[in-house]
Formats: sequence, structure tokens, C-alpha cells
Amino acid sequence: MSEETTDSIVSFDEIVLPSGQPRPGMEQIAEWMVSASRSLLKARQAEAETLFRRIGITFAVYGEGGDPERLIPFDIVPRILLASEWDFLARGLEQRVRALNMFLNDVYHDGEILAAGRVPAKLVLQNKAYLPEMRGVSVPGNVYTHIAGIDLVRTGPEEFYVLEDNTRTPSGVSYMLQNREVMMRLFPDLFNNHAVAPVERYPEDLFETLHSVAPAGCDGDPTVVVLSPGLYNSAYYEHTFLADKMGVELVEGQDLFVKNNFVFMRTTHGPQKVDVIYRRIDDAFLDPLTFHPDSILGVPGLMNVYRAGNVSLANAVGGGIADDKAIYMYVPEMIDFYLGEKPLLKNVDTFWCDKPDDCAYVLDHLDELVVKEVAGSGGYGMLVGPKADAKERAAYAERVKASPSEFIAQPTLSLSTCPTFVAEGYAPRHVDLRPFVLVGADKVRLVPGGLTRVAMRAGSLVVNSSQGGGTKDTWVLNPPVGAADEGGADA
Amino acid sequence: MLSRTAANLYWMGRYMERAENLARILEVGYRMSQMPDLANGGTRNEWSSFAIATGCEEEMLAKHGEPDLDASIAFMVLDGDNPSSIHSCLRAARTNARAVRTAMTSEMWESLNDAWLEFRGHWLQTLKRENLAPFLEWVRNQTSLFRGAHSGTMLRDDAFSFLNAGTFIERGDSTARILDMKYHILLPPGESLGGSVDYYQWTTLLRSVSALGSYHWVYREPIKPWLVAELLILREEMPRSLRYSLSRVNEFLGKIAEGHGQRFECNRRAGQLYSQLCYDNIEDVFQSGLHEYLTKFITRNNALGVSIAQSFHF
Repeated sequence: MSEETTDSIVSFDEIVLPSGQPRPGMEQIAEWMVSASRSLLKARQAEAETLFRRIGITFAVYGEGGDPERLIPFDIVPRILLASEWDFLARGLEQRVRALNMFLNDVYHDGEILAAGRVPAKLVLQNKAYLPEMRGVSVPGNVYTHIAGIDLVRTGPEEFYVLEDNTRTPSGVSYMLQNREVMMRLFPDLFNNHAVAPVERYPEDLFETLHSVAPAGCDGDPTVVVLSPGLYNSAYYEHTFLADKMGVELVEGQDLFVKNNFVFMRTTHGPQKVDVIYRRIDDAFLDPLTFHPDSILGVPGLMNVYRAGNVSLANAVGGGIADDKAIYMYVPEMIDFYLGEKPLLKNVDTFWCDKPDDCAYVLDHLDELVVKEVAGSGGYGMLVGPKADAKERAAYAERVKASPSEFIAQPTLSLSTCPTFVAEGYAPRHVDLRPFVLVGADKVRLVPGGLTRVAMRAGSLVVNSSQGGGTKDTWVLNPPVGAADEGGADA
Repeated sequence: MLSRTAANLYWMGRYMERAENLARILEVGYRMSQMPDLANGGTRNEWSSFAIATGCEEEMLAKHGEPDLDASIAFMVLDGDNPSSIHSCLRAARTNARAVRTAMTSEMWESLNDAWLEFRGHWLQTLKRENLAPFLEWVRNQTSLFRGAHSGTMLRDDAFSFLNAGTFIERGDSTARILDMKYHILLPPGESLGGSVDYYQWTTLLRSVSALGSYHWVYREPIKPWLVAELLILREEMPRSLRYSLSRVNEFLGKIAEGHGQRFECNRRAGQLYSQLCYDNIEDVFQSGLHEYLTKFITRNNALGVSIAQSFHF
């Protein structure tokens, strides 16, 4: 089925075995892939593009000229996780996000994990993402990261690794939902023949999560809003989508104001009190009186209201510390320290250049490693060692030597691939997965699957949409009725 | 509702209505310019009267020289820097829509988004004088689709009222300007008032607001200037007349006030302007001078727009 071999590394393909046969559980989709005519698939692919363009599901790429409203390439071959695989991932994700939340609560209160020496205090307390403004501030339910996007990669049937924890304002959930919407419109038969777990209740889950963390003093139904920087933001589509699906107002900073230590929005009926803000603005822009004085995105005085416990912010302010690429190394420690459990999901081995031994190793093995800025995101500013030339590596080495603590390095994993429909037909392309974990004061909610990102270029490992990556619909597939005993599942 | 949302809906309605009326005004000019040129060298002034009616005379002159058909297309349709061009109206309507997507139905959004994408992807490159007529028809179709989408799918709440208040404020303004074009278009020398050219001009005007059939239905008489004026100013059954437009503005502002449990300055002004149109007759209009009457209406209608924005904290 595959018409192209990946360069040197043979990667695990999630649908096709090296023999060319489908993996167990993937027979039906493989059959469909073989039988569907290319012209039909091409037509459907074009149709998908038209749909995305019409609905306006676009993505802004800054500072590159060209079309300011770009489409993210969408691949029509779904990425499939078997129900048993998902159950395992879901348990691992919940465990991880619980620990991250306990860690955040701890470092802004008692600092037990630091006192116990399980996480270096300096790494936390001197980090730019650690906000002293939040020390001792209590948030409802002790929840800091209400919406977490955990990036996972896979290297084999049982091998899943966490690549990154996004605990600030992870985006992409609208693509997860629209990908499903579009797939169902284009290939209704596929859904008739497969037991695909639905994801549609995500907005409702999000709403319930936000409701659960309303300020203690809020009587009656809390007013929830989504706070967006506005329509020039790259994720603006997602902000409107979520507000719309939850049936709440989408506000910008100019729509809110603070009076008598409460937050209000300006409406045609006059001021209305706001209780919970799902904010898609970074910490630094939330309140010009506390952070950037020249920012016009935020709401002057918001932080005072927040500290007084009169408004809830999701995600909480200061959560960026858990999303730091150096802190990442210590998540397994957190799981052990707070939960007394063994981590279900593995971390990728990580070298931190602040440690002299690690740094020396990294500089010696640049051609094998991926090096990232501790504070970087979006696939910018990283070095993919095996793909770089000697000159690029040398230049990067200089940057690492200049400020070692700013860099971490990880071995290049042989990421799994998924068959993807490209110009020449099906070809394996590397994928990752971002499930979205919702943490309320009452419970953790999680819809099955997540956003699959795919590197559209052959051999490429970079899946970020800002770097030309695409997306796929992600299926969690329940076994067909009566087939349960085939795979030896327990009763 | 957020004040900003109300403002965006109001302006979205205005911009779509404006795009439609620009197309209608262009059509008047286009048809009038197709009158056989008279042997005695009658000067053509449709395009300058068009520029005057849309209030863009000076800028157009500065940018494209003496107004003619090509200059009008370049400035009033394609010019993205001219805030009053069809280009700018479609873009602004869509930008407003993006800002308030949560207050719209997907059909409304898709009709606006489609219109903008097709304008940008097709017409912007290909529009010439040769295909002006199909383009103007396209604009009318797009605006009809948008109207159908919101009238067929929107909840009858404040969002709907703000959108419609904007639409009908703009429509009143536009119809007044279209009618006023007749004042600015001079009859060629040798042509008498009530002569064939005059008759053709009034007919064209009626056509542009899709009211030629309605005229005959209402009056069952040959085209007479004062009856055309009466139809477009005072007749409430005529959906593009000033009176109809103001009756709608009055109604939608009334609904908003009802929801708020209080009346605002804009309600007072709208009621006043609407009553005037109810109690005026066509003799009064011509007595004060048609052009003067229309100018005064445009000014008061504008002031009403400003007052709406103030009442709801836009």
C-alpha cells in the first residue's frame, strides 16, 4: 500500500504492518483505503478544502506575507487508536494532569516538592514563568490548568511518550471537532461501518468544567465568557467556535472593566458581572496594571479582582511554569511525589544543558539530538540535529554555550507514521497527538481522541501548523460487536 | 448583548445594504449613459451626478480624473482604499461578521464569506465595463442571499433588531441619494422637462430600485415625476421608500427599547422622523423643493444613526 519508503529509519506505521498487511483491528479501514477510488478521494479532498474555506476555519501565520488566512492542510485518511490503547492513554493523561495541577498548587503555596528537593527550587523560583503575584493566591478547587493539551508521540505498538505539556492556552480543539464534522459529511458510510467514539460533547464538557470553578461567592448561575485578543489572533477562529458552541459571550479586553473589585462586561443593557473567564490571552497581557503597562489587550485591575477571589480565570495565572521544557523532566517525580503512583506515560529522555555533563553530551551529539529552547513553542527556534548541516549545528552550538540553561535536548525518536493521501497516493507521514484534558473542581473530563497533527512532507518530523503541518481526524475505535474475544480481551 | 457586538451587527447591516445600493446607483448611471448620444453634442454628466450622489465627487476627481464609466468602476467598485466602494463594503461587512460570529447563524456567515471570497478571487481581477451588468446582478444576488439567510435563520432577538436597524437606516439614506441623482442629472440642451429623455431617466430610476412594476401597479398611470417621488418617499407599501425604511427603524428600535424596559433618545428621533414621513404629502415635498427635502432627510437620518450609537454605548 505504501508507495514511498521513509529515508533511513523504518518507523512504526499505525495502520500497515511491514509485511503490507493491516495491523490487527485496522482491517476494515485498510480495505476501504484499497477499495476507494483515487478520483473519489481526490474529489473528497477538494471538497474538504472548500468546506474549511467556507466555514472560515483558518489559521493566521504572522509575518510571512501571502494569505493572512491560511488553511491547515487536512488529510482524509483517519488516524485510528483502538479502544484499549485509548483507555490506557486516558488513564495516563488524567494521572499526569492531576500531578501537574498539584504541583502548581504546591509551588504557589507550601513548596513541599521544592523543600523535599525533588524538583530544584532554582528551576522553579527563578523561572520567568513563575509569577510571584500568584504566591499564596487560592483558586477554586485548587485547579490551575483547567484545559491541558498534552502532546504525545508513539514509536511502537505499546510505546507512547509525552513530548510536551501545554498548560497555558493550548489550542487546536476546534480542529479536532471540525475534522470530525467534515469527515462525517464527506464519508458517511465510513461512520456507518465503524464504531467511532464521538467527540461532540467537548464544548459541553468545557462549559461544565468552567462552571465548576466559579468563584466561591458567586450565587446563582455563573456568567462565563471567552476572552480573546481579537480577530487578528492566529487562533481567533477557535475562540469564536468555542464561545459559540458553549453559548457564551466572546469578549475582548475593551468589553470588560473592573468596578468595586468585580469584573463587568459592557452590554447594551449596561454593565453585567462576569464570574468565569476562559481567557485565551497570555498572562503578560491580562492586566496592564500588573504586567505589561502598554498592553491594550487586557483589563486594567483584573488581577486585583482575581486575587480577591471575585473572578475565576481558566487557565489560572502562572500555570506556565508547568509547561516549561525544563520542568517537563520532573513530571515523573511529581507523579510519584503527589500521587505515589508510577507514571503510566513515559517522558522522552531529556538532557538539560544547565547540567555540565548533560551539556557536554549534547554538544558532542548534536547530530543525533533535537535541541529546543526551554521557553520556545510552535516549532520555532529548534535544531533537528540529524536534518541540519554542519554549519547550522555549529551555529546552534554557539547559542547553547552562551546560555546553557536555556536549552534542553532529546534524542530523535522514530515517530510513528500514518498512511496519508498525498499527490502520489498513500504515503506514510509522521504524526503526533494532542488530547485535551479538562480539569474541573469536580472531576477530570476527556473526550476520546484529540488532535492528530501530521507532517505533510515526506520524512519530516515537524508537525506544527505554523511550519506547514496538517491535521487528520482522530478515531478511537471500539471493536465491532462480537469481535471482542478475537483480540483476547478479558471478559 | 455586548455593545461591541451590537455595533458590529448594526454596521454589518449597513455595509451590506450599502453595497447593494451602490450597485443600484451604478445601474442608474450605467443605463442613463446608454441613452443615444444626441447629435447636438449634449454633454454627458451621469457619472459626475453619480459621484455627487454618493458624496465622493472630490476624491474621485483627485484620483481618477473626470468621472466616467471606467473611473466610476475603478473608484466605486474596485478601490479598496475608498471606504465607500463595494470592495470596502463587502470587506467591512465580513470583518464585522468575523468579530461577531457567535451572534450570527452559520448561513449568514457563509453567505458573507462566500461573497467576499468570490469578489476577491474573481471580480477584483476580471471586472471591466463589459461585464459590469452581470457584476451588478451578482451584487444584488449576494445581498439577497444574505438577507434571506438572516431573515430565515436568526433568532428574533436584539441581534436581529440591531442588524435591521442598521440595514434600514442605510436604506433610507441610499434611496434618498438615488432619488436625488435625478436632481443632479441635467437634461441635455433641447430636451424639455417631461420629454422623452426626462421620461427615460425617471423610468431608469424606478428600475434601479426594482420598482417599475410596482409603480404601474400602484398608480396605473404613465410615469410622472411627482408620483415617482411619492412612491419612493411616502408610500409605506414600497419596501425601499423612505417611509417604509423609517417605519422599520422605528419598529426595531422599539423592540430593543421594550427589551430594556426604557426608551432612549434614538427612539424619540426615529419616531419623529417617521411621523413626519407619515404626515407629509407630495405637495409639501415639492413645495420645499425635492432636492432640499431629500438633503434635510439625509441629515436627520444621519443624526439618528449617531444617536443609536450613543444610546447603546457603541
